[in-house]
Amino acid sequence: MALLEIRNLHLAMRSFEGEAHVLNGIDLKVDTGEIWGVVGETGCGKSLTGLSISRLVPTPPARYLAGEILFEGRDLLAASEAEMRALRGRRIGMIFQDPTTNLNPVFRIGDQMVDVALHAGHADPAVLGLDRRASGRARRKAARALAVRMLERVGIPDAARRVDDYPHQFSGGMRQRVLIAMALIGKPDLLIADEPTTALDVSVQAQILRLIHDLVVEDGLTVVMITHNLGVVAQLCTHVAVMYAGNIVEAGPVRPVFKNPGHPYTRALMAAVPTAGTKRGELAGLPGIVPSLFKPPPGCRFATRCAHATAACDLGAPAMRELSPGHSVACVLAGEI
Amino acid sequence: MVLRIEGVTKLYPARGGGVTALRDVTLNVVARESFGLVGESGSGKTTLTRCILGLEPITEGRIVYDGVDLATLSAAEMRRMRSRIQIVFQDPYASLNPRMSAHDIIEEPMVIHRATLGLNARQRTERVAELLQLVGLGEQHLWRFPHEFSGGQRQRIGIARALAVNPELLILDEPTSALDVSVQAQVLNLLHDLQRRFALTYLFISHDLGVIRYICDHVALIYRGEIVEEGDTETIFTAPKSDYARMLLAAMPEPDPDKSPFARAG
Repeated sequence: MALLEIRNLHLAMRSFEGEAHVLNGIDLKVDTGEIWGVVGETGCGKSLTGLSISRLVPTPPARYLAGEILFEGRDLLAASEAEMRALRGRRIGMIFQDPTTNLNPVFRIGDQMVDVALHAGHADPAVLGLDRRASGRARRKAARALAVRMLERVGIPDAARRVDDYPHQFSGGMRQRVLIAMALIGKPDLLIADEPTTALDVSVQAQILRLIHDLVVEDGLTVVMITHNLGVVAQLCTHVAVMYAGNIVEAGPVRPVFKNPGHPYTRALMAAVPTAGTKRGELAGLPGIVPSLFKPPPGCRFATRCAHATAACDLGAPAMRELSPGHSVACVLAGEI
Repeated sequence: MVLRIEGVTKLYPARGGGVTALRDVTLNVVARESFGLVGESGSGKTTLTRCILGLEPITEGRIVYDGVDLATLSAAEMRRMRSRIQIVFQDPYASLNPRMSAHDIIEEPMVIHRATLGLNARQRTERVAELLQLVGLGEQHLWRFPHEFSGGQRQRIGIARALAVNPELLILDEPTSALDVSVQAQVLNLLHDLQRRFALTYLFISHDLGVIRYICDHVALIYRGEIVEEGDTETIFTAPKSDYARMLLAAMPEPDPDKSPFARAG
């Protein structure tokens, strides 16, 4: 059984302009130990996919039209709020994009981490190394010790002292490490990281990627990493899913997808990244804009911007076809262009 | 040499010694070239641009533009000078006034510099339409407000505004870091095209080495307020001399799985 399996997920979002079909049949299967990169442009639904896994999309205004999100075979969309609370921060850890807004500025780093540790310890006392009968005081003490250990694990120097600092006393990179430590304090099986390095310098980004890599190798963590940085995906991830306008248009192991992209959108994204050999003025931008999700095109949602589009593309949404083992592409011309 | 920065030091005084944001920075920006300034957060990139624009007084050294030491200019002269040096800001979501239409945003610098440009209201509006076209937008966008534009379109408006007063030097402060790669590619191509058409000089600030390599002729790396390496782009990228340059290049994630530092089976 896959650790996480998203099946035919459809999500609609209501606004004053009508209802937008923002996730249009997402299928994603993540096995233990894999690092999935979910890439795509702003508004393609990658963050909503991540938020859906931890069921943090507010309903309303959103509405799940169909599909299921199976975590160890259990459908999260059918789970109660209490069950979800027990999963979040314990089995499923989350890191969000901006380290400056995700820590409470008026509480010490340690206190914020202890809260998470106590919550995880409530769901599973083993996280704190205690049994069910442990006193509140013992739990708090263990939670604090765990917070210090986690800070050390993510490379905060002098963690025993810094645990009592406030967020403003930490740099951006260190705050992102704190958020990672916090996401990992419950010893989760699945980590959802939404643009964890976007706000950071490249040198700090490299350290964070190394850290996530080590956690996967040493602790058997599984990661779903949402990013728009193809470089980060190529370096860190084992698998990648490319999203466009609410669909996964290409997915598979990183190497075949990057070396032999089958979808015109994946190719366009890769061509837009300047590399050593790109001549000035010859960078290939992607013409046009993402279609309105209030009135999406009838067939392939990328057809409006695709250089290869034919009449066949408007007939219906193209199904995923396997190009090589595990590497699938949703394009009628897959394998021919 | 159109812009010379000679031994510039900038000290922000405070109790306990203060902060030296720039230390003995010397740079030469050649006319009609793109000069890339690369540095991480807190390295002094933004302080340097603020000093060039005369928004911050410098502690030591000289900033010479077209043979004129900017420190010797009066406020009125500096204002005139600023019509020759314009800036495009990083975040097109924050740098455009949400209560002004695209027309008013692009027209504003022409109103400020009306003495230099001598355009009346009708001529200004014509020029706004012309500028919109130049950056790939159209007359239908004239009266729209920032929230009606996408990020890439907003940055085009920021560029049109900077070009409104016919500047010679454009300071581009991370102009594409808030944009998607596909949109970034369009904006980079637009900048390249504009540079050739109007013989512009670019001071391009970025932490994205891929973008710098693509757009710049010369590069300087700034670290903690000091220039640690400078040279033509290809040399820095192919034969970096400083440890800092080597570290930055190694940390730059290339979109090629074969170059991943993490050994992986398969």
